[in-house]
Amino acid sequence: MIDAIVLSSGFIVLVSCFVIGAIGAVLLRKHDALANIWSSFLAIVGSLCGILFSFLALGFSQVTSFTLGSFISPLVSISFTIDKLSVFFIFVISLVALFCSLYGIGYVKHFYKKYSIGALGFFYNLFIVGMLLVVTASNGLFFLIAWEIMSVASYFLVIYDRNDQKNVKAGFLYLVMTHIGTAFIILAFLLLYKFTGSFDFNSIRLGSALIPAYIKDIVFVLAMIGFGTKAGIIPLHIWLPVAHPAAPSHVSGLMSGVMIKTGVYMMIRIFVDILQPVPVWWGLVILVVGSVSALLGVLYALAERDIKQLLAYSSIENIGIILLGVGSSLAFLSLGMPTFALIGLVAALFHTLNHAVFKSILFLSAGSVINQTHTGNMEEHGGLIRHMPQTAFFFLMGSMAISALPPFNGFFSEWLIFQTLFKGMMEINFSAKWIFMASAGALAFTGGLALACFIKAFGSIFLARPRGSKARQAKESSYSLRMGMGGLAAGALLLGIFSANVMSILDRVVRDLSVFQLTPSFISVSPSQSLSSENISLVSAPVLFVSFIVTFIGILLATKYGVYKNQKVHLGTTWDCGTDLTPGMEITPTGLTRSIVTVFKGVLKPSIQHEIEYHDAESRYLPKSRTVILTLDDMYQVYLYIPLRNFITALSERAKEIQSGNINVYIMYIFIALLSSLFLLR
Amino acid sequence: MLRLFTKIFLTPKNTISIQSVASAQEDVVVIGEKMQSKIKKLFRGSLAIRQVDAGSDNACEQELTALSNVFYDIERFGIHFVASPRHADMLMVTGPVTRNMAEALKRAYHATPDPKIVVAIGDDAVSGGIYNGSYSVQDGVGDTIPVDYHIPGDPPSPRTILCHLLKILEVLEEKSAQQII
Amino acid sequence: MVIFLWIIQVFFISGLSPLGVGFVRKLKAKFQNRQGASIFQPYKDLWKLFHKDEIISTDASWIFTYTPIIIFATTFFVGASVPLFASFFGSTLASDMLVIIYTLAIGTFFLTLAGIDVGSAFGGFGSSREMTISALAEGGLLFVLLSAALRSNSTNLFTIATAEPFMHADTFLPTILAFFGFFIVLLAETARFPFDNPATHLELTMIHEAMILEYSGKKLALMEWASASKLLIFASLGVNLFFPWGMANSTQPSIILLSGIIFVVKILVVYTAVAVLESSIAKFRYFRLPDLLMVAFVLGGIGIALLI
Repeated sequence: MIDAIVLSSGFIVLVSCFVIGAIGAVLLRKHDALANIWSSFLAIVGSLCGILFSFLALGFSQVTSFTLGSFISPLVSISFTIDKLSVFFIFVISLVALFCSLYGIGYVKHFYKKYSIGALGFFYNLFIVGMLLVVTASNGLFFLIAWEIMSVASYFLVIYDRNDQKNVKAGFLYLVMTHIGTAFIILAFLLLYKFTGSFDFNSIRLGSALIPAYIKDIVFVLAMIGFGTKAGIIPLHIWLPVAHPAAPSHVSGLMSGVMIKTGVYMMIRIFVDILQPVPVWWGLVILVVGSVSALLGVLYALAERDIKQLLAYSSIENIGIILLGVGSSLAFLSLGMPTFALIGLVAALFHTLNHAVFKSILFLSAGSVINQTHTGNMEEHGGLIRHMPQTAFFFLMGSMAISALPPFNGFFSEWLIFQTLFKGMMEINFSAKWIFMASAGALAFTGGLALACFIKAFGSIFLARPRGSKARQAKESSYSLRMGMGGLAAGALLLGIFSANVMSILDRVVRDLSVFQLTPSFISVSPSQSLSSENISLVSAPVLFVSFIVTFIGILLATKYGVYKNQKVHLGTTWDCGTDLTPGMEITPTGLTRSIVTVFKGVLKPSIQHEIEYHDAESRYLPKSRTVILTLDDMYQVYLYIPLRNFITALSERAKEIQSGNINVYIMYIFIALLSSLFLLR
Repeated sequence: MLRLFTKIFLTPKNTISIQSVASAQEDVVVIGEKMQSKIKKLFRGSLAIRQVDAGSDNACEQELTALSNVFYDIERFGIHFVASPRHADMLMVTGPVTRNMAEALKRAYHATPDPKIVVAIGDDAVSGGIYNGSYSVQDGVGDTIPVDYHIPGDPPSPRTILCHLLKILEVLEEKSAQQII
Repeated sequence: MVIFLWIIQVFFISGLSPLGVGFVRKLKAKFQNRQGASIFQPYKDLWKLFHKDEIISTDASWIFTYTPIIIFATTFFVGASVPLFASFFGSTLASDMLVIIYTLAIGTFFLTLAGIDVGSAFGGFGSSREMTISALAEGGLLFVLLSAALRSNSTNLFTIATAEPFMHADTFLPTILAFFGFFIVLLAETARFPFDNPATHLELTMIHEAMILEYSGKKLALMEWASASKLLIFASLGVNLFFPWGMANSTQPSIILLSGIIFVVKILVVYTAVAVLESSIAKFRYFRLPDLLMVAFVLGGIGIALLI
């Protein structure tokens, strides 16, 4: 009882921090600096409350549900259910929001006098409130209200920098896509209401056995499309690469790190928690969707030139990896192997946390770079490691984490997802194992390609010589920006070293779900901090980390002092074969990945346009200028969205013919309607 | 393929022996200070050569290429050719250093880490050879970078080059010293 | 005695890898009817390089300076964790298959960054090619190692290496196919024919060499040594995971000696195969290499499919 009161009041305090921040920002909108400090400070306080709240709530053993009463109609009751899954997502949101807000204090300064800082603070805090409400809402209609708050607040944040037309168009595409998704979600909830008589999630869970199987399948498809649009699975992803770059960088970090995870949260909530038991093909479909998103996401990231678009596609890839974990978990549950399902879901949640952390570092560093060089195009960067050493170091740590290199956190979550897929291959006896095998192959390729992608990103921006004047005058970012990035980078390393403990906490989180109540824990942490499990092979993160450091230092000392201590190190120029080195001689980002794009040209469809302008158009002997444009055809617009749009437009044109403008026709319509309603109500 | 391998293994070995090289009896031409014996000892087991073509007529390059073939087999002495001056211990310069290559030669010299040896090989590199006095050459390598040894000849035969190299590294003295003992 | 064996386990790969490279070069020289350098020549090369000065470019950053140490440290660490000749070193702490693959990937990551770092034309495109080959090889490597793992139901290397020594009829074909796939990936990752020519001087044909063109002195020695260690690591993985015969399981000197000899013989077979291959075929055109890596992936996939 006490637990419930503490938890519910804690949650209300948490949400109200952000609400106060939002209102205060609006009231202070005339003073830029004050509005910024007020909204950021309250966001930081709220995030700290959130982290504290989640640690507290993990200790409690029960699920807390409470409602604040209904308004408008008895159907819309503001009710919350805070079980450990929600607590975990609150933790993820708070952790990322903490460092993004810290970063934002310094970052927002360059928007002073241009746009309204009060509006930024208001929508930023409202956005976080929306996300917090989404992960704890327990009534379908209230959930939709929270979903709308989150989407609309982020829309205003995306179009914040409205002087650039590109951002406004990006915001519009984002708004349209997210509402298409919301429409599918509304349909799914309406179907569930029809068959269980309630919008409340807990009642739906209790009544899920009454829903016919074909309705569940339809709900599955609708929910996949609806939540998949928010999560950014292929082919519903087209808003991600334009909306995330358009937003201010701390908001991009929050959107990419947390908002797209709310789609995954709802998928877990509906499929794993509420609608059980489910058929096997649901899990297999999610596995296939995850593999395709992962592979295509990383391939498009490799072909990108703008750093934030590259990071956005990389988010799509990681959502694919998370969905691999979710899908395998669903498949195992349907096959009656809850222990493996537990491992799968723990892997998915761990990767969610890790991706939130390292994607935010990457977006925040990219934001610093763009702030200083005023361009996001990696072709114009280069050599920034000398001007921005700490930003480069944090970006390097983020890149190592996202490429799944030990001892960072990305490695351990991908390792666990691999173990889940291997278990699927080994233990399942029928045709589903081929899908697990294909997913393992996709994940193996994704790992290698993601490594290549972030070599390109880090190498093009920070290494070699500056490729343009914009890169030459960059300076290191201010203190608050570095603290924001540094905190997350430290978090990435610590999550990696203590991954065994994190996994055991996640094990408790997942076993809190009703379908896992009776499953035994799969992991225990031995005193030497190694992962113990009788089901999967083992790895010990602290031992790895310590051995790396010891080996590295040992070899460093041995080479410096053990052999030829009197070695002199001279500085010279790069060996250039006797010619002068120009910036054009360095490898460009396009050049770095042109080979991979050519290898995968069936998927990526690169195209080259070549225009030559001659001095003398008739003799065509001496060219004046030569333009080569390398692009990728956008398959989704051409093959899916434009035909769809044309179809709907054509339908609307046909429907327009009902409005003939002739009043006699309208009277005939009224007559027909009257007759048919009299007939039907008989 | 198997026929090829059997043919290789059945062919008798005809690599030139070290005595035959020593009997070429060439005198090493030392320019500048004599190299410290410490450095010679360092390079005796393994020498990396970078060949720089400073406008040569490729006669010396042909002879240098012959050094890696079956007959002369320079690799058995631990000497090999490398692709970058950063990896090199010895710069072998051929050609009379045309004007366009002067700057490149200097950069190659500065790109080679110490300790290094510079050898001017062929009459062109030593003193301009048949191009001596032309408007477009610098008359030998000595004006551009400091040279340690000359190997005269137009072009010197691979046997001569090999004998000079082994004498520079004092391999022949060491081997004959071993034999005496 | 056990301490002595521990020392051997930890230092074997790093200590004996130059000997392996010397053996391959000697064999290639014999195939060319030459005498070639002695098999201890790489040691002499390394010793000489350790005693030379260095020249570092002004464009280079700390990544260039620390990459050789990082690469050597990762190969040293992996070399100490792979199963060699004894099964009782099997710590469950670091010998997982994925740990090995991704630790070697740390080396690739920093090597390609070092190639880009100096801003020369060679380093950049060497890195670009290495990135492509490495990204595609990783999928194949994972699949072939997975087929070995499926035979013993665990991804721990020592568990796989101490599996039953006899091959049943139903595990014979997958093992052979997966080994061929593994051999292709070995050639790719260690920059041998047909992927890369380790003795070339033409920068347009270089992949691994292009990235280390700027190194000199001690750093170059560490890079060459790490590259040799990688070849020995892959050879050890290949022979011990696919043909797990002759692993000692007690510390009696005679058994250790026997298992050591069996291990060395197996490694020499792999090295001889590499040398014969390098003497027989030419390096492939660059865009044929992804096809070859896909072949490795498919062979691994067939190996898995036959086992599950």
